[in-house]
Amino acid sequence: MRKSLTPGRAAAWALLIVLMVLTLFPFYWMLRTAFSDNTQLAGHPSSLLPVETTLGAFKRVLGLSTVEEAQAQGGSGAAVNFWLYLRNSVIVSTVTTLCQVFFSAMAAYAFARLRWPGRDKVFALFLAALMVPPIFTTLPNFVLIKNLGLLNSFAGIILPGALMTPFAIFFLRQFFLGISRELEEAAMIDGAGHRRIFFGIVIPMSAAPIATLAILTYINSWNDYFWPLLVGQQENVRVLTVALGVFRSQTPQGGPDWAGLMAAALIAALPMIILFLAFAKRITNSIGFSGIK
Amino acid sequence: MIFLAPATLGFVVFYIWPTLRGAYLSFTEYSLLQPPRFNGLQNYERMVQDSFFWNALVVTVEYVVINIGLQTVLAVLIAMLMYRLTKSITVRAVILLPYLIANVVVALVWYWMLDFQVGIVNQGLELIGIDPVAFFGDSHWAIPTVAGINIWRHMGYTALLVFAGLQMIPSYVYEAAEVDGSSEMQTFWRITLPLLRPVLVMVLVVTMIGSFQVFDTIAVTTQGGPINATRVIYFYIYERAFTRFDFGYASAMAMVLFVILAIVSLLQLRLLRAKESDLA
Repeated sequence: MRKSLTPGRAAAWALLIVLMVLTLFPFYWMLRTAFSDNTQLAGHPSSLLPVETTLGAFKRVLGLSTVEEAQAQGGSGAAVNFWLYLRNSVIVSTVTTLCQVFFSAMAAYAFARLRWPGRDKVFALFLAALMVPPIFTTLPNFVLIKNLGLLNSFAGIILPGALMTPFAIFFLRQFFLGISRELEEAAMIDGAGHRRIFFGIVIPMSAAPIATLAILTYINSWNDYFWPLLVGQQENVRVLTVALGVFRSQTPQGGPDWAGLMAAALIAALPMIILFLAFAKRITNSIGFSGIK
Repeated sequence: MIFLAPATLGFVVFYIWPTLRGAYLSFTEYSLLQPPRFNGLQNYERMVQDSFFWNALVVTVEYVVINIGLQTVLAVLIAMLMYRLTKSITVRAVILLPYLIANVVVALVWYWMLDFQVGIVNQGLELIGIDPVAFFGDSHWAIPTVAGINIWRHMGYTALLVFAGLQMIPSYVYEAAEVDGSSEMQTFWRITLPLLRPVLVMVLVVTMIGSFQVFDTIAVTTQGGPINATRVIYFYIYERAFTRFDFGYASAMAMVLFVILAIVSLLQLRLLRAKESDLA
């Protein structure tokens, strides 16, 4: 391939840059709006900079301003506390990720290394579960969680995803199969049991894929809306996505608190953006060869 | 065996058991307050008569066609551009970024940008002399708008999948094409696309299954409106189950969705002859 800048390549670059700008612009607009004074937004709809730059919207959604202050800047004055929802999201995503990755890794080891009758059939059954659309199992799962009395509890939100997902097992099994057996066999001759081999050899050797899976799991869990919407409506366990939906439906139709909404949306998005900036290479590279999520 | 115990417990309790129970519930009347009462095929008979159900199917298919059609074309375009121009991780990261942001956040940002009166998009349209569009309020625009938002979120991710597929095509086929004097367009249509087919099929199957299940964006923006224009099947099932507590009927519709998805995936794999690679 020639690398000189022909007109064709220049046009292609221009197109790619346009697409990247289209990708990034909404993020900028979210930022610009979040730092604006909501009462002034309507008067300057196309101002590219924040209108009457202020931190008011953030104070408002974090519950740091009084009702009068909030209303003066175009908030509804209703109590919202995104600190609490942020905390809830952190709890749910952290516990889900730790449990899911750990238990899935154990199962993946059993599928990759241990020999037992019917292993491949059971694995095929696990994979078949990927074909069932979530809503189909969600309805009975909701009934189950309700009957267990776990509605509006962290346990209810976390439990269905905590023990395994077929994807996580599939993903890790692929890597475990790729690890050379020699080290394990040597350890086995030295009398190490499966437990020591798993914790001492397999996990350290697959630290990279396990980390990748953990990051992807964390992001998915953080962004999930449907399940927490069903089982975690109450304020004390409400996660960010659900809280955003509630916040949006509370805003009056006439003059929505756009600045507040965008500030809240930014609070929900920022941890993922930071996570992405920290692990951009790992995350982008994981897409493609890990197959398909 | 202790290794398998937690995952198996999770699998049986939250996957196998609900799948069987869901199938059973679809043959019952169940309001959550009383135990489910078996009523044979009544839910399915009711579905055939239910104009909302048919509307939901039509709306969903309309969404899927717009969403998948445009998204796949854009993703292949972006992937080709990246493949020919740059291996930069920054470019790939920027393209992927929207995919990492929650549907709910993405929906809200676009809900604001596409606002009829003060949204920046309509301001821009006005600037070039086009009348403002009620993206969410006009029943003709609502579904394309929701589809467009989700294309924005997913196209980078899909592009990276295609990009990974492009890198699997060995360079000697391109060299051979160049030697034979093939133009760039010819190379794309005659070589790249056919060799990309197995990857494209997988991407299509996965994105289409996801696309049939659109919910979040609609739940925080239109809520099925205006006048049923965006009441997609997932949202209708949700409404039936959780606002009307009509669990039996909702399960029956979920069952139908399950069957539709299975048929769609099988058909795609068949039609596009996914298993054969032209690289043999």
